[in-house]
Amino acid sequence: MSATSSPTVVSYVAICAARIRAELKSFFRQRESVVFTMLFPLILLVLFGSIFGSQDEIVPGTPFVNYFVAGMLGASLMTSSFQNLAITIAMERDAGLLKRLRGTPMPKSAYFVGKIGVVMVVSLCSVTLMLACGVLFFDLELPVDAKHWAVFAMIYVLGVTACTMCGIAFSSVPKNGQSAPAMVSPIAIVLQFISGVFFVYSDVPRWLQNIGAIFPLKWMCQGLRYAFLPDEAKAREVTGDWELDRVALVLGIWIVVGLVWCLRSFRWRNRADG
Amino acid sequence: MYTPSGRIDPVTAVDVVGLTKTYRGKSAGKSMTGPSTTKAVDGLDLRIELGEVFALLGPNGAGKSTTIEILEGYRNRDSGEVKVLGVDPQKGDAAWRSRIGIVLQSTKDLSELTVVESLATFAALYPRPRLIDEVLDLVGLSDHADQRGSQLSGGLRRRLDVGLGILGRPELLFLDEPTTGFDPEARRHFWSMIEGLRAEGTTILLTTHYLDEAEALADRVGVINHGALIALDTPSRLGGRGKALATVSYRDSAGRLVEIESDTPTQVVRELASANLGELAELKITRPSLEDTYLEMIGREDERDDECNE
Repeated sequence: MSATSSPTVVSYVAICAARIRAELKSFFRQRESVVFTMLFPLILLVLFGSIFGSQDEIVPGTPFVNYFVAGMLGASLMTSSFQNLAITIAMERDAGLLKRLRGTPMPKSAYFVGKIGVVMVVSLCSVTLMLACGVLFFDLELPVDAKHWAVFAMIYVLGVTACTMCGIAFSSVPKNGQSAPAMVSPIAIVLQFISGVFFVYSDVPRWLQNIGAIFPLKWMCQGLRYAFLPDEAKAREVTGDWELDRVALVLGIWIVVGLVWCLRSFRWRNRADG
Repeated sequence: MYTPSGRIDPVTAVDVVGLTKTYRGKSAGKSMTGPSTTKAVDGLDLRIELGEVFALLGPNGAGKSTTIEILEGYRNRDSGEVKVLGVDPQKGDAAWRSRIGIVLQSTKDLSELTVVESLATFAALYPRPRLIDEVLDLVGLSDHADQRGSQLSGGLRRRLDVGLGILGRPELLFLDEPTTGFDPEARRHFWSMIEGLRAEGTTILLTTHYLDEAEALADRVGVINHGALIALDTPSRLGGRGKALATVSYRDSAGRLVEIESDTPTQVVRELASANLGELAELKITRPSLEDTYLEMIGREDERDDECNE
């Protein structure tokens, strides 16, 4: 074997590709995570859509299902990023996978690239499934023009990025991997109730609105409502406006907060290991 | 020995001088005497030559794991000089990491990836990995190649851990209690694998609670207690074992056990043979086992400590 011809490290791209492949395989083989992350929001959509969908109108001519789909899209973006990462990373840390990876030549960031890869694929699948389901069964109206699609894309990117950062950071909060789902899921569900997913946001009591407004989900849903509802529906917003600039600002702040939180709190070893 | 891309061969595999590590007020932080500190490693010196198989022994809490984790680059030291393959582990980069292999103490593998897929995923991280089939064969997982990590039994999972450690063709391999959960056959298989790695020139640093394993594998054994090395020698000479008296024992015609200590046991046997005692029942020549020597050594240390503390 020639000593001079072999490189001392593997290319970054090759390592990231291997990580993304491994992450995707792992995700789609775990039946619970696929059901919980991708199918559960869809089941809720079908349930709520069937119960409220046809009778109620959010504004004359627009069925409530559009309001609800916007909210469920926001929730499913959060599920495929925040919940998914906060739980799986906590479990992988507990199982020693993170420590083991730290002992290899893998650059630290490649682990996160793998996670981001899986979030992108899973969130795209979720959104596509949900839109298809909405259009096929509930007469969902898709965004009307390029501008509305662009806002949809913007919310998608900013929202998923913010929730990804928070998910990675939050994975260090549970004491161990087993307690992670029990800590993460309630947070997500409570936020869904007060952020305009299950109920019309402006119908929620003021103090709960204020709590919801601290977190990204409320703003993601608001931006998504702009994309999926006719313009006159903004009358149902608390301020009577879509506030798109504020949506972008809050999500941007959360991206920065999440990133700093990640950098400060991320651990490669579990607590028992110090 | 092979080293990647024109690197200068380090003189020693591991070179440690005056290593210390103290943990501060972690578990017992609320004690009345202020923040508690635990000296995990207390002035440890250690030198392991290239190509050597070195076993580090010591009771739980003696500082073994802390020392190894400092060498592996997982923990930072408080003071002392540490060089692993010529590099300070605290500054070890990817190129350095690709030259070492690490088998951590027990892990829980929840992976939904199969054994082959796990190996392939990790192989992608190394510049010149072994072939997957070769690793499967070396660790005895060929029959379980398509089984998922989460479905492996404890012993098989441990083999996968070892496989992941040797995958990158490391120049220095850390094995922290590698054979925990192995059945006797798997342990023998593992021993022959280590012999194979040794033949390739791999330096191996091993911790184990099985003294027979240390005796079978190690060129030298170091015993660590209270964060410092208290003995260092070949397994056959550790703690004066080589010079220890042999014991010739047998049962006499009345069924009593006779034990004769001697530094010339051959002479003793010759005399017994010519003494017309007939066939001696249960005739044995024994020397203190490594385990006897080790336990005595640890016990003596602790006794002395107790005296000091009083």
